[in-house]
Amino acid sequence: MYYDLYNYWMVIILMMIGLYIVIKPSNLIKKLIGLNIFQTSVFIFYISVGKVSEGTAPIFSSTHSVYSNPLPHVLILTAIVVGIATMALALALVVRIKSAYGTVEDDELQEQDH
Amino acid sequence: MLDHLPILQVIVPLLAAPACLLLNNARLAWLFACLAGLISLVISVALLVQVQQSGVISYMLGSWEAPWGIEYRIDLLSAYVLLIISSLGTIVLLAANTGIRQEIAADKQSLFYVLYLLCMAGLLGIVATGDIFNVFVFLEISSLATYALVAFGRDRRALLAAYQYLIVGTIGATFLLIGIGLLYSMTGTLNIEDMANRLPVDTNSGTVYTAFIFMIVGIGLKLALFPLHLWLPNTYTYAPSIVTAFLAATATKVAIYLLIRVQFSIFGADFGGELIQPIFIVLGLLGVFVASTVAIKQSNIKRLFAYSSVAQIGYMIIGIGIGTSLSLQGTLLHLFNHALMKGALFLALAAVVYRIGSTDRTCFNGLAKHMPWTMAAIVIAGLSLIGVPLTVGFISKWYLVLASIDSGMWPVALLIVLGSLLAVYYVWALVESAYFGKADASATSSAPIKEAPLGLLIPLWLLVIANVYFGIDTRLPLEASASAASFLMGGGQ
Amino acid sequence: MNLSPELLIQLIILLPLVAAAGVVLSHRHPNIREAISLTIASSVFILVFLLYRQIINGETALVHWISILPGLNVSFKTEALSVLFALIASFLWIVTTLYAIGYMRSHHEQNQTRFYSFFAISIAAVMAIAFSENLFTLFIFYEVLTLATYPLVTHAGTEKAQKGGRTYLRILLGTSIVFFLPALIATWAIAGNLSFTVGGVFADDTPSLWLAILLVFFVFGIGKAAMMPFHRWLPSAMVAPTPVSALLHAVAVVKAGVFTLMKTVVFIFGMDTVGELITTDFLLYLAAFTILASSLIAMKQDNLKARLAYSTISQLAYVSLGVLLASEAGLLGSSMHIAMHAFGKITLFFCAGAILVVSHKTEISQMGGLGRKMPITMIAFFIASLSIIGLPPTGGSWSKYYLLLGSLETQHWVLMAVLMISSLLNIAYLLPIPIRGFFPAKSTVSQASDGSEAIQGSETIQEAPLPALIAIIITTLACVLLFFFPQPLFELAKMVGVAP
Repeated sequence: MYYDLYNYWMVIILMMIGLYIVIKPSNLIKKLIGLNIFQTSVFIFYISVGKVSEGTAPIFSSTHSVYSNPLPHVLILTAIVVGIATMALALALVVRIKSAYGTVEDDELQEQDH
Repeated sequence: MLDHLPILQVIVPLLAAPACLLLNNARLAWLFACLAGLISLVISVALLVQVQQSGVISYMLGSWEAPWGIEYRIDLLSAYVLLIISSLGTIVLLAANTGIRQEIAADKQSLFYVLYLLCMAGLLGIVATGDIFNVFVFLEISSLATYALVAFGRDRRALLAAYQYLIVGTIGATFLLIGIGLLYSMTGTLNIEDMANRLPVDTNSGTVYTAFIFMIVGIGLKLALFPLHLWLPNTYTYAPSIVTAFLAATATKVAIYLLIRVQFSIFGADFGGELIQPIFIVLGLLGVFVASTVAIKQSNIKRLFAYSSVAQIGYMIIGIGIGTSLSLQGTLLHLFNHALMKGALFLALAAVVYRIGSTDRTCFNGLAKHMPWTMAAIVIAGLSLIGVPLTVGFISKWYLVLASIDSGMWPVALLIVLGSLLAVYYVWALVESAYFGKADASATSSAPIKEAPLGLLIPLWLLVIANVYFGIDTRLPLEASASAASFLMGGGQ
Repeated sequence: MNLSPELLIQLIILLPLVAAAGVVLSHRHPNIREAISLTIASSVFILVFLLYRQIINGETALVHWISILPGLNVSFKTEALSVLFALIASFLWIVTTLYAIGYMRSHHEQNQTRFYSFFAISIAAVMAIAFSENLFTLFIFYEVLTLATYPLVTHAGTEKAQKGGRTYLRILLGTSIVFFLPALIATWAIAGNLSFTVGGVFADDTPSLWLAILLVFFVFGIGKAAMMPFHRWLPSAMVAPTPVSALLHAVAVVKAGVFTLMKTVVFIFGMDTVGELITTDFLLYLAAFTILASSLIAMKQDNLKARLAYSTISQLAYVSLGVLLASEAGLLGSSMHIAMHAFGKITLFFCAGAILVVSHKTEISQMGGLGRKMPITMIAFFIASLSIIGLPPTGGSWSKYYLLLGSLETQHWVLMAVLMISSLLNIAYLLPIPIRGFFPAKSTVSQASDGSEAIQGSETIQEAPLPALIAIIITTLACVLLFFFPQPLFELAKMVGVAP
């Protein structure tokens, strides 16, 4: 039974890896990579929720009666767009931080302000 | 036209935003943004009247029937919150032209209005929509705009604050997204109304509980629920003052709205009650005491009031935690009232920054002589924050205390009033230094400090007068919050 | 003059505000400014007097202003105790204004406009408190009074004044937020009504334990009544200019405190209820303790104003004690004592201020022999002291008599003993001052204490400025007259708590 749900296990593992990378490293870019992995795990979660076993793409045809749910896939397209926008903004911020402080290491940044 | 008000509420600022970009002139952009703000204010008033007269408004986007299409659903609660956002957003916007002059470079000022309107559109969208996924999208629209707005701050630490807020905010939003996904997998719908109808069948399912917890934590991050508030003080301190006023008056209010919506409309008032309600009450009280105590020690006044915001959010959470119709009304009242007082306080700080360029405590010494109107505004808004009678703060405290006594929670009632004692400390320390403090010699030798310009004073005093007016003539917020609260409690069962 | 009582009440509350506005507008012309204060003070007194005539004839009035929450109104009503309080406060406002003119000018105080305007606002708050129809209205103006008197307390603007102001605000706001407000809301939650009603607002089946706890909350919450341990604000408030100490911290503010207490006991709980509560005895003994303890502290104070402040704390506890006795004589004694103590204590403060202005002396030990230089002031001080002690021929003897009668009736022998002992203590800390003023002990002079020598040596010390002197004479005469003609006050006091 646990084997059947392996996709969810993967989601959880990815999510934890992502969160860990957000918290642990002091490099601002690495944190963003972690954030991206974290978000991606949720995308995968949505995509696998929509998949119906034995189902095909939701296009009417006489040979198929079971279709996958297209809605989560559509939703996650939106979420991916949002994620990219967030990432672009975050990277822009890091660029500004680099030019203002000369570093993108969190611990060095903290030191400079105190 | 009248039928389309729900969507116009969101569309007007959303479309006005890129239009500001095209104008490419700060003053024109400001006038245009104000116009858009005023229009959305008028719309929200019309919506509130309409809802009060004829009940819930349901608007089908593109005429696709709910629950398949996206529904915009304006009930009493959303109409009430829409009014708060559009009115406060517009008043702060009125002050923006003068307020950002010293804090944002001239060539970036028209971009400021673009982001401001986008943020406002996002916040209005969260409240107006009846589709839970749409909530996520609007939440991200407003959040992205907010991160950029915060980064406008003059101090380079604003960049770090924006970055920190971005990380926390994105995690929060993604948590919400997980919750939405889990709920969708259980109910097969994204329409809030539809979801609420289908949920009770599955309340015992672990998945629903997981969804609930993910959503509460996600929203908790966005609303700076103690102890998830760590991003807020930096953000409020280093953002341009106008942005702080806007965020304090609207953004946290929307997050509270979302929490109420999720807890009461989707899951129902009783869902997870015995588990989550004590947690809310304890976290709320902790928020009040810890944040107020920290606030007392702050030397930067903007940061002081940021911590005070965390404390005030605590009061609203207590009201949700008690979970009666009366306490919910207290929370809704405080939503409105806190927007008024914090809007006024941060605008006053914007005026101080405009003239002095800093909000350090030492700058306030003897400032009442130079800026009597600004300081008088701080005194009145501060009294309202404490909860002195004849100000709005008193009304919401009254309801929260009454609700806790009514539910037999005497200790909570006592702790709530004790909490406002801490507010007396930090407000009065400020008032004392403004009226009795001696300015240090270096400050007096330079050019004399003048009163803030009218462009800031007029919006500021609008809010101050509202603080007093709604403390005396309480009918509007009282009726709206009472019917919204009973609607929520009735709808949840 | 045929003004309706409704109009009268509103005029009485609003006129002081007009005075405040007038004072601010005429800030460039001190003479006009003071004329405005005096004229309006006099008209307010006349209006209160008209109201007094009407209430004696059994006419009452109810004015409704606004409703803040459903059933929670800001409204005003005439009632015997209200009129009594308003009469005293408005009369003494005239006298104090007169006094203040002499004091503030010869003391060259700064910011006199701010002083007079906040003074007038405080009086407006006092009048609103006096005529409050319900506890909620009273609470609002109770807070307004605290905030309006704060700038007066910190008037000097010095470090010491700020520190005093901080204590003042901390205790008064603190008690009212922590005790008064929750008690108010709880009363609202239990009884659903905050209107002052003869016999109380609580239903008969309200658990008496709740009421007992509520009573304690009210007594502690009404910090202006200065019941120990929440009395420290009053000595702190003595950093204020003397007219403020005189009118506000011997009459208006502190009397607003005991007035609130009386209103609460008589019209929220009901006398009969209070008599039966288990906490009443505790509070009575606390009041007795306050009387004795603050008298003892007063004896040790060398600063004249501080000694008078502790004496006030002790005398306020008399009033609280009389109310909590929950007997007719006790209530009568308390009502009378509000008036009698007011006249006595304001005279004492006027004298203290006159001494300060003329000789710049604040310590009692420096005042030996001062009576030769300022005979009228010292005689006034002596007579007012008699009134505080409760000796004939002064008004104070009446109220002390009824308070004793009250404790006798309710068979509280210990309390009776406390009242007697306290009178002895009063003698011990008040009378030495005028006596040494006239008959300085040889030893003090020869000890070469700088103060007394300075008095001997300097010829500049003479009587206080004329307006101040007139004020002193008026209040001293009132102390004596009230002994011979207590009838009007007596009649009003007897009407308190009687259903119309």
